[in-house]
Amino acid sequence: MEQPLPSTNIGASVLAALGESVSDTRVFRDEVTLFVVKEHVSEVLQYLRDVEKFDMLTDETCVDYLPREPRFGIIYQLYSMPRNIRVRVKVMLSENDRSIQSAYPVYRSANWLEREIYDLFGIMFVGHPDLRRIMMPPGWEGHPLLKEHPVKVEEVAFSFNRERVMADKPRAQE
Amino acid sequence: MGLEQKLGNMGVVTMSAEKAINWARSNAIWPMLFGLACCAIEMMSTQASNYDMSRFGMELMRASPRQSDLMIVAGRVSRKMAPVLRNLYDQMPEPKWVISMGDCASCGGVFNNYAVVQGVDEIVPVDVYVAGCPPRPEALIDGILKLQDKIKKEPLAKWQ
Repeated sequence: MEQPLPSTNIGASVLAALGESVSDTRVFRDEVTLFVVKEHVSEVLQYLRDVEKFDMLTDETCVDYLPREPRFGIIYQLYSMPRNIRVRVKVMLSENDRSIQSAYPVYRSANWLEREIYDLFGIMFVGHPDLRRIMMPPGWEGHPLLKEHPVKVEEVAFSFNRERVMADKPRAQE
Repeated sequence: MGLEQKLGNMGVVTMSAEKAINWARSNAIWPMLFGLACCAIEMMSTQASNYDMSRFGMELMRASPRQSDLMIVAGRVSRKMAPVLRNLYDQMPEPKWVISMGDCASCGGVFNNYAVVQGVDEIVPVDVYVAGCPPRPEALIDGILKLQDKIKKEPLAKWQ
């Protein structure tokens, strides 16, 4: 039986094939991260799935690095079942352009994951079949995991400010 | 063999209708089988044989709001769950009571954030608040006894 390759071995061949699409790579404790240019993310995912046999999208998520620019990082965690290795694909998005190609045509599991990112971060996924909220109620305004969103919804009531805090608290009717 | 042989002639007991009905109501509360988070685990153990809520006439947890008259809000209520909770409350027949069990249900607890309702009293009127994270079964039983006292004192005018 063929030995599974250590995950660091994916580097050279992939980089040669992808060329300009990969702007940077990072290896940390044998974990490989490919930084991919936003415009080419679909082709990169397609290549990794079909040629490199990364047949499973384990997770897709987003990070808001607020003071930094580019501000958002979209992260794809890929796993190859035949080779038993993993790779991380990362796409940086700038503050003013919060949209990216949907991974749904390549990996069907991206459907709900991208709905979650849209719901919590407000990133638009071009080509997603059904982009609507999944976690928050349908009428919700805003995207709560953005860093400018307030962390607390209510001032904490202590003995010195209790009356003021309680005054404008909503109360249920019978 | 009846009670008469043991205790003698019981005769006639007189009491006000208010007292009799409140006594009956308070000792046969049917809570709704409705748990939202970790507090529900404590609610289950309160109901099970170790602590045994049936000592107070509350052994019958109903899985339908239409058959129950007490809602124990056990756990945090997310904003998405809030309309569901209110819907369940509206489906319960009168008279009905609500116990807010635990810190999260009472005031949001440690979850002071966008996703959680800051106290279930924003949605439904609460009769008894039970503190604790989660409250021990003894605390919930104490809350239930408080509710029974409250029902026993309920004046005739408030009957619906």
